[in-house]
Amino acid sequence: MSRVMRYSTPAVVLHWLVALLIFAGFPLGLYMVDLPLSPDKLKLYSYHKWIGITVLLLVAVRVSWRLTHVPPPLPASVAAWQRQASAVVHGLLYLLMIAIPLSGWLMSSAKGFQTVWFGVLPLPDLIGKDKALGDQLAEVHTILNFTLLALVVLHVGAALQHHFIERQPFLQRMGWGKKERT
Amino acid sequence: MNPHLILFTLTAALAMPAAYAVEYRTVVPQQSTIQFEFRQMGVPVKGGFKRFATQMRFDPAKPEAASAQVEIDLASIDAGSPEANDESASRLWFNRSVYPKATFVSSQVRALGNNRYEMRGSLTLKGRSREVVVPVTYLPGKNAATFDGSFVLKRLDFGIGEGMWADVATVANEVQIRFRIAATGS
Repeated sequence: MSRVMRYSTPAVVLHWLVALLIFAGFPLGLYMVDLPLSPDKLKLYSYHKWIGITVLLLVAVRVSWRLTHVPPPLPASVAAWQRQASAVVHGLLYLLMIAIPLSGWLMSSAKGFQTVWFGVLPLPDLIGKDKALGDQLAEVHTILNFTLLALVVLHVGAALQHHFIERQPFLQRMGWGKKERT
Repeated sequence: MNPHLILFTLTAALAMPAAYAVEYRTVVPQQSTIQFEFRQMGVPVKGGFKRFATQMRFDPAKPEAASAQVEIDLASIDAGSPEANDESASRLWFNRSVYPKATFVSSQVRALGNNRYEMRGSLTLKGRSREVVVPVTYLPGKNAATFDGSFVLKRLDFGIGEGMWADVATVANEVQIRFRIAATGS
C-alpha cells in the first residue's frame, strides 16, 4: 500500500471550513426563501449572506494558496480519465464557489437590499435596484447552486469510492493525520 | 457716498419687500416627495410614500404665521420590496384597514435664521399622536420654492411593528424621514 500524502494543513483547514459553510448555507437558503416575512426570515437572510461572503473570502485565500502550493499527487491506482475528470470537477467547484456568492451579492443589490457583512461591513452595491434583474439573478443563483450540489455529490462519491471500494487511503489526503513524505 | 450706490441701495431696499411678499400656498405634488430610511439587520432600507396631500401657507415675511397639514395615503407605500409593502398593511404594522392615513398638523413655526425654520406639530399614525419637531430649510426658487426637512421618528412610539416586529435588533426603532415640498405662490 502506498504511503499517505496529504494536503498542507492550511489547505485542509480551508477545505473543511468552506465545506462546513456550504453545508450550512445551502439548506439555509432553501429553507428561508419560502418563509413568510418575519424577523426570523430577515435574520436568516442576513446569516445566509454573511456565510456566502465568508465563503467568497475564504475561497479567494484558497485559490491563492492552491496556486502557490503543489497538491499531493494522486495514487497510481487512479486512472487517467479519472485524473482528467477530477481536474475538471475541481476547477468547476472553485468557479462555483466564487460565482455563487457573487450572484447572491448582485441579486441582493438588484433587489435593493445591500449586503452588510456581519451587520457591520457594508459591501458596495455593484448594480442598482432593478426588480427584473433581481429575479433573473435569483434564478441564476438557484441554478448555480444545484449545479454545485451535483458536483459535490460527484466529488464526495469519487473520494468515497477510492477510499472504500478501491481501498486506497484516500480520505486521509484531506485529513488531519501526520503528514508523510515519500 | 457715491450717488449711484445710494440709488442702488434704495432701489434694492424698495424691491426687496416686493420680492418676498409671496405667500406660498399651492403645493406641486409632482415635485414633492416623502421618503424614509430605516435599518434592518444593519442594512439600510429606503422607502417612501407616493400619494400625500399637503396644505400649507408660508410667507417668509411672517414665518410665525406659517402652517402645514399633510395627509399621507399609507397604501401608496414603497417599503423596499413587494413583500414588505404587503406586510406593512397588517395589524402589526400600520393596521391600514383601520388607519389608512397618517397625518401631520403643524402647531408652531419658528425662524432660526438663514432660511432655516423649526416646525412643531402633531404626527398621527395608527391612532396615536406625538409631537414632533422638524427642522425645515426654505429654498426660494424661480417657479416654486422648496421646503426640505428631515427628522427621526421612533416607530414604536406609534405602535408601528408590534408583536414579533417589536424587536429593534432586527428592524431598528429609528426611522429617518426626509421630505421635500414644492410650492408656488399662485
